[in-house]
Order: sequence, then C-alpha cells, then structure tokens
Amino acid sequence: MVKVYSVPPDERPGETASELRIVGKPFRRVDGRAKVTGQTRFADDLQFPRMVHIKLVRSTVAHARIRNIDLSAALAMDGIVGTLVGEELPNSFGIMPVSEDEYALAIDTVRFVGDPLAAIAAVSEDIAHAAALAVIVEYEPLATIASVAEALTTPEPQIHEYADEGNIHKKVSLKFGDVEGGFEEADLILEDDFFYEGSNHLALEQHSSLAVAEDDDRVTVYSSTQCPHYVHRALSKTLDIPASRIRVIACSNGGGFGGKSDPFNHEIIVAKMALKLGRPAKITLTREEVFYCHRGRHPVQMHLKTGFRKDGTMTSQHLQTTLDGGAFGSYGVASTFYTGALQTTTYKLPHYWFEGARAFTNKPPCGPKRGHGTPQPRFAYEVQLDKAAHELGIDPADLRLRNLVEADTITANWLQIGTIGLKECIDAVVKGSGWKEHYGRLPEGRGLGIACSAYMTGAGLPIYWNHMPQSGVQIKLDRSGNVAVFCGETELGQGSDSILTAVVAEVLGIGLKDIRLCVGDTDLTPVDLGSYSSRVTLMVGQAAKQAAEKARDKIAEAVSEHMEVAMESLVFADGQVFPAHEPKQRIGFNEAVVIAESRFGTLGTTGSYIPPRAPGRFRGSGVGPSPTYSYSAAVLAVRVDPETGVYDIDRVWIAHDIGRALNPVLALGQIEGSVYMGLGEAMMEEQAFRRLPKRLSSALVHKMPSMLEYKSLGFHDMPEMTCYLIETDDVRGPYGAKEAGQGPLLPIMPALSNAIFDAVGVRVDQVPIHPELVLKGLQAKRQGREARVGPEKFPDINYGEPLIVHTPGQGGDGRAANDPKASRKGVRSASGTMKDRDEALKEHSSATLTTD
Amino acid sequence: MSAEKRQKSSGNGVPDGMTASVLNVNGEAYPVVFPTHHTLLEVLREECNLTGTKHGCELGECGACAVLVDGQPVLSCLQITTDVIGKSIETVEGLQVDNDLHPLQEAFADLGAAQCGYCTPGILMVAEALLQQDAEPDDDQITEALSGNICRCTGYKRIIEAVKWAAAKKRGDDWRPADELFSGHEIPQ
Amino acid sequence: MLRLPPIRIEAPDTLQDAAQLLSNGNTRLVAGGTDLWPNMKRRHQQADTVVSLMSIPELDVIDNGKTNTRIGATATLADVIRDDEVRRRFPAFAKAVASISSPPLRNMGTIGGNLCVDTRCTYYNQTEEWRRSIDYCLKEEGQICWVATKSPRCWAHTASDSAPILCALDARVTLVSSTGERELPLKDMYVDDGIDYLAKRADEILTELTIPAASDDSQCRSAFWKLRRRGSIDFSTMSVAVAVWTDDSDVVTRATMYLGAVGAAPMPVAEVDAVLVGNKISKDRIAEIAHVAHQIARPMDNTDFTASWRGKMTEQYVTAALREIAGMPPLHMQPRHRLRVI
Repeated sequence: MVKVYSVPPDERPGETASELRIVGKPFRRVDGRAKVTGQTRFADDLQFPRMVHIKLVRSTVAHARIRNIDLSAALAMDGIVGTLVGEELPNSFGIMPVSEDEYALAIDTVRFVGDPLAAIAAVSEDIAHAAALAVIVEYEPLATIASVAEALTTPEPQIHEYADEGNIHKKVSLKFGDVEGGFEEADLILEDDFFYEGSNHLALEQHSSLAVAEDDDRVTVYSSTQCPHYVHRALSKTLDIPASRIRVIACSNGGGFGGKSDPFNHEIIVAKMALKLGRPAKITLTREEVFYCHRGRHPVQMHLKTGFRKDGTMTSQHLQTTLDGGAFGSYGVASTFYTGALQTTTYKLPHYWFEGARAFTNKPPCGPKRGHGTPQPRFAYEVQLDKAAHELGIDPADLRLRNLVEADTITANWLQIGTIGLKECIDAVVKGSGWKEHYGRLPEGRGLGIACSAYMTGAGLPIYWNHMPQSGVQIKLDRSGNVAVFCGETELGQGSDSILTAVVAEVLGIGLKDIRLCVGDTDLTPVDLGSYSSRVTLMVGQAAKQAAEKARDKIAEAVSEHMEVAMESLVFADGQVFPAHEPKQRIGFNEAVVIAESRFGTLGTTGSYIPPRAPGRFRGSGVGPSPTYSYSAAVLAVRVDPETGVYDIDRVWIAHDIGRALNPVLALGQIEGSVYMGLGEAMMEEQAFRRLPKRLSSALVHKMPSMLEYKSLGFHDMPEMTCYLIETDDVRGPYGAKEAGQGPLLPIMPALSNAIFDAVGVRVDQVPIHPELVLKGLQAKRQGREARVGPEKFPDINYGEPLIVHTPGQGGDGRAANDPKASRKGVRSASGTMKDRDEALKEHSSATLTTD
Repeated sequence: MSAEKRQKSSGNGVPDGMTASVLNVNGEAYPVVFPTHHTLLEVLREECNLTGTKHGCELGECGACAVLVDGQPVLSCLQITTDVIGKSIETVEGLQVDNDLHPLQEAFADLGAAQCGYCTPGILMVAEALLQQDAEPDDDQITEALSGNICRCTGYKRIIEAVKWAAAKKRGDDWRPADELFSGHEIPQ
Repeated sequence: MLRLPPIRIEAPDTLQDAAQLLSNGNTRLVAGGTDLWPNMKRRHQQADTVVSLMSIPELDVIDNGKTNTRIGATATLADVIRDDEVRRRFPAFAKAVASISSPPLRNMGTIGGNLCVDTRCTYYNQTEEWRRSIDYCLKEEGQICWVATKSPRCWAHTASDSAPILCALDARVTLVSSTGERELPLKDMYVDDGIDYLAKRADEILTELTIPAASDDSQCRSAFWKLRRRGSIDFSTMSVAVAVWTDDSDVVTRATMYLGAVGAAPMPVAEVDAVLVGNKISKDRIAEIAHVAHQIARPMDNTDFTASWRGKMTEQYVTAALREIAGMPPLHMQPRHRLRVI
C-alpha cells in the first residue's frame, strides 16, 4: 500500500500546524451537548425490566475470620430475591497477575472494615438495604495492622500469605550505577524524611454496575469503569465463563482519576447475581462504599538522600519509600515501583538507588490515583531541591535549569526520554510570576515556591504480559459518508471521545459530526487497555490515526484512478477530496467513499498501537517506560499568617509541555483540574483512619467517609490560575501530542511547601499541609528549634540485596549484573517472545515510529 | 391534616407508605406513585425517568442533585417529595427549549466547563436560578451561589467564566471569556 | 444510593394539629429537613412518623416590628438573609446565617431547624454500618464516648451558627406543645450535654424567635467569626459571636459573647461584660477576654482540625471579633473565604 503521507507531521502537506483544521483548535467536545443536557447515560441512569437491586453486606471488623453468616432474618423479608456469599465465587481476581488476591465476596477472612462478604438482591434498594442490615455475621477477630510500622512489627497473622515477607507485600531494590561513588563526589549531601498522606479520588459519580443475563452463561455488564478490558478478564476468571460470552460496556464515567481502573467486587457480583437469578441486577455504591473501594493514593513515607556539587548539579541519589498498601494488592506492585521509577526523568542523575516496600494493612486497598505513585517521591525530591538551592545559594529555578535532562537520551534507570520542554516551562512560570524580582524578597509572610515534574504518556507495558496492541481502532465507512469509529477507550470526562473523533476527522478531512463513535464495548470495539496512565491521547490517537490514514489511502487510491490524478496529490479537507493543484475538481467525501466502495467493496480499516520497546532489560524495568514524558513547572504565591499558621494561595502559575494540544480547551481543562486536585492534596485531602483505644475496642475505621468530612476544595477555595501550554511536537505522539491529565498535578504539593518556606522560613516535609503544621513549625522556629515539621524517623526496613544495573553512562546494556533469574532468552509466552513482538511492531508500525 | 392534603398524599387505594400524586416538572404534569419516604431525587430519577439529575452523596454535601423548586435551588436528595407537590420543579432536562440549548448549556459545552459532566446538571440549575435573579452577576456572586456544588474535574474557573458568558449571551451582550481560556496564557517572553 | 427508611410523613396545616401529632409515640419534627434527613438516612435518628411544619403558614413569617424582630420557625435561612431589614438591624446575625452550609441548603434549612440542629461528632454522624464497627457511641446506642473514653458524658458539639450570635443578641424563643406555650431566653434553651442538648421537651415545637430591637445595629455592635476548612458547606469548627452596647462616648455599657462548636452548647464568655463595662475596648482588654475565652472553649477531637489548634484559634478569633467591633484594623490575615452576605 502506498502511503499518501508518510513523513513526520510537520513535513506532511496538510499537517503543518497552520494547515490543521481541527487538531489544535478549541472545538466543542463531541459529548458536550449530552453532558449539558443530562442525556449522558451514566451507569446508574440505566434501568431494565425486572431489574433487582443489590446491596452488599460489608465487614464491620477490620480483620477477622468469618465464623458464620446468618442470612435468615434477611431472607425472611418480603421482596428479597436472592443472595450470594463468597463460596459461590471461589476464583480470586486482581488487576495485577502477580497479586490476584481479591475475592468478589470474602470467603474465610475479612481484611478491612468495608470488605464485602455477602450480597442481597431485592426488588428495591430500600429492601436490599434493610435486609443487608439484618444479616448477622459472627467474627473471630485477628490482630489488626494500621500502618507500615505495625506491618513490620506484626509479621503474623499475615493479611496475605503470598507477601514477600510477613506483612510486607513487596520489596524492591534497584541500584543504577555507582551510587556510593557518586556521593563521594558530592560537595553537599542532603538527607530528609518526608510523608505524603493517602487520598481518595472522590469522583463525583459513585461506582455503579448493572448486569443483564442473556443465557445461562452469557452476560452483559454495564459499568462505571475506566478499564472495561480488565473488567472483562476478571469477569471471565471469576465467573468461569469464556470471555467471548461476556460483554462489558463502559458507561461514561462521572470522573475516574484512577478510582475506577481496577476490576471491582461489585462488578463481578452483579454479573453473578444476574446469571443466578436470570434477571438484570444493579448496584450503585454509596459514597461511604466508594471510600471502601478506594484504590487511592498510597500513604508513602520517604527517605531521600541526594548528593550535590557546588554548582548545583547532582552526583547521586538514594531514595527509600514505604507504602501503606491497605488490604489488597490492587495496582500496588506497580505503585511500589512508581514511587521510584520517574525520579530520573526531569534532572540528570548519574547514579540512582531506589528501594521501595509496600505493606499490607487492614484498610481499604490503595492503588492508582492521578499521578500513580509518583506525586509522593516528586514531593520529596522537589522540596529537597529547594533545600539544596538554599544551602548552595543558588536560585531554585536556576538549580533546576542546571540539571535538566536532555531530549532523546536514556536515563540512569533506562528510561527513554522523548521531547522535553521543561526549560520552556520553567522560563514561562518564572517570567509569569515575576520570580526573579520577588523570590526571597517578599515581605515576611509572603512567599513564592517553584517545583517541576514529569509524567508518562501511557505506560510502556500492559498490565498483563502480552505482545498484542495496547490500543486498537476500527473504522467502518460507507456510501452515506458517515464514518463509524470503534475503539475500546472510555470517556471519563478527560475528553478521549473528542480526541479520537478529532484525529479521524482531521485525517479524513471531514467534520466531527460526520463521525459516529462506538467505544468501550468489549463485544463491538477492538481492545484498548483503558483510560489510565495518561495513555489514551497518544495510544488511541496513534491507532486512530493509523486506521484513518489507511482509510484515506484506500479512498485516495480509488479516487486517483477515477480522476486520473496522482494519489499523492489528493487533499482531504472540509468534507471534500480534491487534487492539491486543482481544488476545483473537488468531489464530496461521501462521493469519494462511493468510488472507493465501488472499487474495493465494503470498506473497513484498522489501526493498532504498540509502544516502542523500552531499553531496560532488568526485572522491574517494565514500570516507568513510556513512549514519551510530559513536563510541568509551577510557581505558587502564598501568604502565611505567622500567628495562626493559616495560609492562603493567591495564584498558581503552571506551564505544561503537552507536546501538542489537540484541543487547547480540553488540554487546559486537564491542567486546571490537575492543579485543583493537587491543591486538594497539598492543603486538605486525607484518607484518614481512626483506631479506637486498644484496651476498649479493636476497631480500625475510616475516619470520615463522607463528602462533608473528606475535604475537597470548593468554589471559594480556588486561587487564581495562569496556565501556559508549551508545545514540543513529539514525533511519538499523534500530531506531536503528549499527556496533560496527570502530570500538572505533581508540582503543586512541593511548590506549596517551598512557597511556605519562602514566606515564613518553615519547612513542611509532609502533605497535606494543615495550618496546624505550619503553626507548629513557626513555634519551633521561635523557640530556636529546627523550623521543620515532618516525619522524625524512617521505619527500620531491610529491602534486601539490590539488583545492580549498570547505567547507559557506564556502558551498561540495560540488564541487571547480578540477577540469577534474568536469563529468560527464548522463553515463549502464549503471545510469543519479545522478538516476535518486535517483528510484529515493525509490520504494524506506520503509526509507531520508534522501535529500538 | 386537611382533607385536601390527605387526598394529595394518600388517595384512593394507595397503600400505606405510598403516595400517589402529580408532580409539575419542567412545566409538565407527571403522575407518580412512590414510597412516601423517597426524596425528590429518587422520584425524579426512578419514577419520572428524569435521570439528568445526579447524586454524589445523598446527604446534602456535594450539590450534584440540585434542582429548582419554585425557582429556588434545593438539593433534591434532602427534599421530601410530598413537600413539593403543587410546586414548580425544574431540572436540567427543562433547560433547553425544544432542541435549542440554553445559553448556559452552550457556554458550558464550549468552554469545557463540563468535563465528566456529572456535577454539571446541578451546577447548571443553580446557575440558572442565579441568572433569573441577576442578569449580570460578578465573580463573587457566582462563586457564592455555586459554593454548594463540588466539581472534581475542572477547578471551577471555567464554570465561573461560562456562567458569565451565558449571562452575556442572555443579555445579548457580545462579551466572551478571555482568549487565554481557549488557548492558554500568552507565554511571557 | 443512601435512602431514608420507610416513615410516615404528616404535614398538618395548623400548629395545634402539629402539637397533637407530636405528642404521639415515636414521632419527630422536621422543617427544612437538612439535619433530620441525613441523620435518618444514616439511621442515627429514628422515627415512625415525622411531622413536617412546612405547611403551617403562620410559622413562615419575618416581622420587623418596633420593639423586636420576630422570625417564624420555618422561615428559611435564605429568607432571613434576603430580608433587608434583618440585615440592617442585625448584620452579624445575617452574616452568621449566610455562613451556614451552602446556598441550596439555606433555601431549604430553616431558622428553627438551625437553632435545634443536632449536636455533631465524627463518631456519631456516620452510617449505621460504620457505627456498628465501633460498637456505637454514648450518644446513640453505645456505652462509651469515644471522644473522651473515661467521660460519663457525651462531647458532641453544638453545630448551630445562628445560636451563638442570637444568644449574644438576647434573642428569645417560643415553645408550644399540646399542653401549653412558654417563652424563654434562647440561651436557656441550650444544655451543655451532647445528648440532651436542648431544654426544649420532645413534645414542644419551637415556633418563633424574637430578637429585641435593643440589640439592633443602632444600639449595639455585633460580630461573628467562624472557623472552618472551606469557604462553604462546612460546619463551624469554632465560632465567636459577640455583642457590645456602648454609650455615646464609646464606653461599653454591656457586652455578651458566646462561642460555638467548642462545647455541646454555645459557651458563654460571661467575663466579657465584667472586663469591658465602663471602659472603651482596648488592646489589653481584648487580650484579657481572648485569654479567658480560650480557657472556656472546650474543643474536642470530634470535628475537623486538631482540638488544640481550635483552642488557640478561639483566642485569635475572639481578638478579631472584638477588634472588628472596636473598628480596629484586622491584626492577622483573614482567610480567603471571608464571611460575607451576598
């Protein structure tokens, strides 16, 4: 097949920024009308005839063996249709293949307050709830674990037997380069302890799922999920039904932020109940139950040691983290790696040692939230850089500029960097905020703080090992001129539907309204892994672009024969097809499709995206790689009241290297929303727990599972925002695009801490930064003690022998030097070897330009 | 209890605990039979099938379920339905006129003031009540009026600007939000 | 979705009917419902029958008379703020009411409801399932007050923002039951106990609030300060209400002060009168009162913010409120969400 245009974006006719018709323009999002009219169908908006309503009975104790579940009082109520208990769903599940430790309903053991253990279906939710309250459960309580420190001192009873050690779920130690040697070169070594509290996504829509049985072993599940594909897999495993007989339809999500990216108990339970009863079954969680599903930000404690030369460049870094994982694995193994993986992506670090450990605790499971595992170490890093700048007498913005990673290089931990606009980001916020004039010079009580960050544009590897596309798009065209686009992606509000539509419309030169989308339906749409890890714009975009280009080529081939003009000269624009040199010869797009359909028969194309293979070859190198990274810089202006610790943020300046904004309105919305959520975490959001006095009670409960007491910024609480879009046109992304949904959250928390230091000279080494903490620091300062608040000591933890990996700078090959399990050459999985994958990539990769 | 009231809340043959009545929603009469303890939120969504009204907490803490009763924003999750029989109820479904979007809806869609769209119906209704009262509200008034509504996606700025844009559209004024909301702030040189 | 349990709802249109209905069995009153319905949804308040006052026309009045302002129990909080005369006469009261919850809830919630609002505690304002997991608490079904486990009493805190300022302004309330009617100073309606926090009997209906004209802005200067995390929605974690009467030369003739959310009842700071009367408000006297107020406040770990910080903030907010009354510039930064009546 001849490619009409096969050169990089800016060299393609019709694809230079100025000639793009849709991409880069602030068009109304394609689902905008539905969202402002109430037409968008969220999962809880669906009703089916004969539908039953499910309520889950959840554990009221934090850790116990289940002795007995007495359903008799519940069953005696009028209107009860069915029940489920754990034994009926004996297969475990979990998002990560290495930690499939969840059961739809607890079988022998409950592991946190809120762990579901029975399900009741009734003709109304009222009755189901009343019945659930009438269920009597007898427990045999077990010792409970509330923190990483307790997990370390309480190896028994184990919350899960598969843990690496006692109640330490996972331990990691990765050493890149000559870390000790690097520290010897340092003129200044800083060692600090930090703590980052856990937080919930608090998506406004509470999770909801509905299942319709279509046969004794065929079922459709509608759900508020970010990842229908992973739900599909979990359903097949837990229901013991071939995946081909299960259909998962992701409804529009009322916000996700990572909180709907695991397969959940309730999704399995509705499916099982529908199959058991032969009638539709629905569940919608209460807000409290959403806090029990959780999968939010891990509470992380960090010990960070970094060596600096006098000029501010860095010689070496050693980061230790502990994650309070909650009661299940969830994405936790990945989260653990993520607390170390992206540390190298912003500033040059020649040597780097990361040690991380995740503990099981008797609390709702933590998982991925916007920034997945990386905001915590980013907070530590950026605050420590501020301290280093202060020690070295270097402007904190300059210190960062002196250390910037360069484009198209490989980091010490083997991550391939794409374009990097961090310098431009820093320049923008420095100039915008008047940093040079004001930093360090504002009156007492007022301050500026700066911080930067990087984030992935899609995880390089899928959750489960396979070599298939991570995103697939199919396009169907016919004589009507309508183009139907099929893709497994899911709309969370981030605008994925709009990006998918825009890319196809741009390539085919048609309008957004000429495209019909079918998304997030495992029966009808090709697999896309889901809306997580900021992967959709790049991966779906590339797959869509490839599919659309194939369609365009096909049409162009037929039209060129028909018009007797060179195929390469054809332009697709404004719903027309015409030769570039003779625009008057134009025909309508639908006419062009008729010509193509007449020439080739029924038209359809596909596009696939597989990320480039990352250069790392060591165990653990799967977490961190991404086709490319986005960059952000932020400056916050804060006022602090020295008498009370109350502070107020006046303004946030944020610049984000997005590669290319496919729709600037949507991109800015992602950046502003990230700032909002970052401020929430910086200032007040906490997934906090209460443990009652042990002599009186074994209770370990969520402190305040409500919208009222889980504090989320409201209209009155937002500062002014100034947002700069930095475009670096990354060839790895569609039209040069990178992500915007997560990265801009990351610099906010450290920038606030740094700004408070500039204002009143107090270091706050933990978030959220409550006014109480600021006041505590101020009091310490006045009493001549260290003007710092934060954790005092790091848990005593043995991370084990590090995996030694030589860096690119040391001439390493990406493999570990000391891994006995490393020799896996030629190992063939069901989906083939890495070599097969690379070959497949080459074959499919008109859209994926870089493989190694 | 008056005879009239009794008829409203438990008419002929309606079982104990149920209410049969007619609700005036968006100017249309909806005959409904519902459990008396069901709030307006439940009756709108489950009996009238007007699922545009959302819920995020059911405890009056998030604003997602806001509707207008006699022109005033109330939270339907805490509005007992029998109290609004005979009153005018407005929901998001009533904003558009035939197939034409209301200026608020236009502005929210075009400015990215709705992302996931889940808080949007509640916010639109509160904003509509504000615009009914004040043709040209300033930022402080909009902020205060909407301060019972939580949005987790947008950071609020676009919502405030969209309300001002809609107000301008309603007034026939050609004011529109600053260019930076469509393209980002100019990068300082 | 979290729903109400099945209940019978009565909506009498006369006070007599309401009082009669209330004297029967497991019955509760409701007005706007913004307190009762969440409590019933979470199942920590229960009733077979709920008697709504919202159909009784005479309760929904605001009457700014010569000698006093009378506000009926079911006047909504929004009605109160919108009343120009109420705002003119009692600006700090209007400010307090404008700070309650959020605008849609102020369209629903009533002044009578706010005065009688249940005391709050993070161990209590939780669902049935959550409370089971701590074996309940002293306020409801349980044996122990988890806020102070050795204490024989319940430490839930008063949550009304209108109560402290109305107590300071010498407001009175009328209580009606099927057996009679009585009027009492509002401050006497509150009891410093988290469970039995009202001297109002369960069969009594608060029908009316009266604020004397002697407390209006031309006679006395008043201020209200409220500490909370966010600019809306949140309950007080501490509040200060103060009223000061002066003669023509700014010498104080009388002063009252109440603290909100730092006790089960609005906590009177009686010393304010002794310290100020016969004097002009000065920095030293403010400091003295602030110090005393800090001692009187009993913030517990039952709401947002740490208790000790709320205590310290009492001192700051008392100072701020008195400085406001004295016309002195604010000493400290005010939060972004200053209380305003919009």
